[in-house]
Amino acid sequence: MSLLTTLARLEAVRSGRAEPLATVRHRHLSERPMVLVPLTTAGESGAPLAVMLGTDRDAPRLHLVPQPLNRTLRFDFLAELAADLLPYLESFAEDVEQIEGSEKDPETGEKTQVFRELCADAPQLIVPNGAGVHHLALIGRSTRFRRTAEDAEPGPYPAPLRVPLLGRWLTHLTDRAQVPGSSLLLPMTGLLSRHWATGQSHLEDQHLAARLAWHDPPEGLGGARAAELVETGRDEHGQLLHPPAGPATDPRFDEFVLGPAISRYDAAVTALQHAAEQRDGTAAERARAAVRAAVDQLEQVLTAVLLPTWRDVWRGLELLRALPSAGHLEERWTGDRWSYTGHRDRLAAGEPPQPRQDDAVTAARKLAQREREQTRLDVQEALDDPLAMAEHRLAGEAFAGVVADVVLEYDTTGRSPKPRPLVTLHTADRPHADLGREVHRVHGPSTQKAEIVAVDPAEGTITVRVLSGMGRKKEPEPGSLPEPGEPVTFTLFELTVRQSAPLPEPDDTPWTHGGPPGAASVPAAPASEEWE
Amino acid sequence: MNVSTNVPPSGPAEPLAQRLAELRGPAPQRSLNARSLAALAANPGCHRRAVLDAAGVDKTALAARLGRPAPFGQSPFAISRGVIFESRLKADDYGALLEPLRAHLGVPADDRAPLLVPDLLHRSGPAVRADRTAEALARAAAEPEAWTLLDHPMLRLDVAGGTAYLEPDALVVHGGRCTVIEIKSFPVLDGSADPAKVGAAARQAAVYVLALQRAAAAAAGQPLADDPYTEQRLPGSPRTSVLLVCPKDFGNRPTAVAVDVRRELATTRRQLSRMTGIGRLLEALPPGTDFDLAADEEGTPARTTEQLTAAVEAVPATYSPDCLSTCELGFHCRAQARCDGRVEQLGRGVRGELGSIRTVAGALAAASGTNGGTTSSGTDDGDPDGVGTDDAAERLAYAAALRAEALGAGA
Repeated sequence: MSLLTTLARLEAVRSGRAEPLATVRHRHLSERPMVLVPLTTAGESGAPLAVMLGTDRDAPRLHLVPQPLNRTLRFDFLAELAADLLPYLESFAEDVEQIEGSEKDPETGEKTQVFRELCADAPQLIVPNGAGVHHLALIGRSTRFRRTAEDAEPGPYPAPLRVPLLGRWLTHLTDRAQVPGSSLLLPMTGLLSRHWATGQSHLEDQHLAARLAWHDPPEGLGGARAAELVETGRDEHGQLLHPPAGPATDPRFDEFVLGPAISRYDAAVTALQHAAEQRDGTAAERARAAVRAAVDQLEQVLTAVLLPTWRDVWRGLELLRALPSAGHLEERWTGDRWSYTGHRDRLAAGEPPQPRQDDAVTAARKLAQREREQTRLDVQEALDDPLAMAEHRLAGEAFAGVVADVVLEYDTTGRSPKPRPLVTLHTADRPHADLGREVHRVHGPSTQKAEIVAVDPAEGTITVRVLSGMGRKKEPEPGSLPEPGEPVTFTLFELTVRQSAPLPEPDDTPWTHGGPPGAASVPAAPASEEWE
Repeated sequence: MNVSTNVPPSGPAEPLAQRLAELRGPAPQRSLNARSLAALAANPGCHRRAVLDAAGVDKTALAARLGRPAPFGQSPFAISRGVIFESRLKADDYGALLEPLRAHLGVPADDRAPLLVPDLLHRSGPAVRADRTAEALARAAAEPEAWTLLDHPMLRLDVAGGTAYLEPDALVVHGGRCTVIEIKSFPVLDGSADPAKVGAAARQAAVYVLALQRAAAAAAGQPLADDPYTEQRLPGSPRTSVLLVCPKDFGNRPTAVAVDVRRELATTRRQLSRMTGIGRLLEALPPGTDFDLAADEEGTPARTTEQLTAAVEAVPATYSPDCLSTCELGFHCRAQARCDGRVEQLGRGVRGELGSIRTVAGALAAASGTNGGTTSSGTDDGDPDGVGTDDAAERLAYAAALRAEALGAGA
């Protein structure tokens, strides 16, 4: 947490409301996001209990497991979820554009023109919090290796057909969510913390409703009090007025509401089995009605705990949409579209599911990608948002000021003199700048490098010598230099992310780094993996 | 810090125990257990928690009386999951539990050395059970060839003049030494588990190891080794690696992982040695302070809420937002921190960032460039913190200027 964020938090304590941490929206928001609020069963790792999802705020759909410990019911739930979610995920696969590229022939070394498909848009999943992302990753892990009746050896418990596919999609989305700046799967708490500071700690900000309480505190209540009411307010039955955003449910809800409802379901199912054994038609009819009633009741209680969070996520989207979008969103979203298209192609090519653990080569690639994207994100956010740039200025990695003076000078060492003008600016910033340090002009007409030639902290001036971006003529191109009185910003870091040397192809990777021999043996899908 | 924690409970401890009992009032003592002892390590600087825990005050009840009840609870689903997993492990003469232990401890598969499981009198009181466990442990340690499993033994640990009874899940004794077995129901997925949960389990197991080490040292008539990182090889002394038994992946099949708890052991020893210094904290309390939660026959509480609040107030707390998930009084202390406008309410890291500025108002005053008032007097008395204050204040003012400029430009 930087001092600027801390300052915003302190201001939020004083004002009792969330304070901005960004002047623009730094994450892409889809026109048609899929909001997904999952719930899990306490004590069971990755065991789903229910999920509320949909692309329409007014029409959430609920899927639930009436008895979370029953494998068949869990499969039924996952099949339902797959039937609901996969059409959305796949609906972006058809509409493609052709992107021109070139490919080098490995033998002749000749470059040939190729076209690659890029999906015109991609899906976007919004979950309430980081724990929701983790839960989806667990569901992905637990389902992508399942065998179905279509496999050669379906094993003793074949899963419904589309369940492994759901697992592979969820694995891809949760994996992509690790890439800085990506937007295929986003937690709402993370989105809000990027853009606003509250007057509480990061830990408390994980509670979506408490976080939102700082955005719209009721009249007369400060954010702190409003958040505390959300965290602790209970009704006369001891149930939270505002259930937690999950995926874990409140223990008292489990004990007094959910537990009894599941027991009622179990009892009704037992009665139904008994009636079936006795071949008692009327009793069976009665028992069936009881099972239906029990499921209805479960639907009711789970809807009641999910709806507040569902509304909170949409409320968060509303807040975020009110911000103007940042300039580089389109570029980063294109990266997400490539990611989506790549996964679509891997599925179409019949590749096996993502392994349990990445091999060394894949892990190195993923790490390199995440580091590269983090750098790119930092630079782009700074360019898009003066508040993000302020972070760099505070850290001494950038300085901004008003041009005081421009003196035209020439480098006459070469055959023809080249313009090397001196630009002096007034600034209160104190960059960690040694003389001769290369700096980069922000939002100039073209990429422009300069070097620091003088720093006078007493006067508050910094003088730089502009080195490039002035055209090829003897005189600098008109407009390529800042005018006196013009505000200007320079950074000590480069504004385009330098591509690091590409990693070798897996086949060319030495065995010391995970390459062949013995390369990438895909572990056999554990069909017999116990799951109860 | 290698302070020996082996202070005998006699001598100066007895007036201490009496003083602690007075603090608690007639309410039954909340005995310290491995979990609460381990939790002390979460916030070692908190005097409030140290005093209340040492006195055995029911913090849950206290929090409720103070108007901000603890939000904790355990879901019946989670409890039953734990029970089911453990009972599966123990079914068929501990068959499932022994399976993963074989690889780690070398428990033989055949009948050459049958597993001995002595009866530890589970229905008796803790003192009887603890004696029985000590007896069974001594007997098992005396036969290095035998394999003995102590199922839910009871251990004794003297803490700050009181006795805590601890119940590990199991101990395996062989070759004169024992190994603590900790059964947890969180899964080990593809070879890795939630680090927070593993950490909590390790801290808890370290408390058991410490109790066993002290017992072994006392039995051998030797002092406990000064250095917590050296393993004392005494009859019946524990190994400093414990075995964590968890479900593998999504199933119920167990897997065991050896966890070295020496670091946790060192932390726990340090914490407990500080608890023996609790007398100093008690001396600082105003006379007549107590946390009596009892009520008379008509249900009228012995102490009013105001009295309790004042009593709690008398012991300084070290609040940080982590307390909300580990301490019953977390919400109370947060409300206090907010009320006093302390910067800790925003997180531990914030305090470091703001130097010696302690209050929100002070920080905001520094940011707006006006004198921090309450905070920047540090330079007068030559306090080295004063330099930090000025530095922090200057940076805050600079940050505030940048923020204002950026927000002005962005609007």
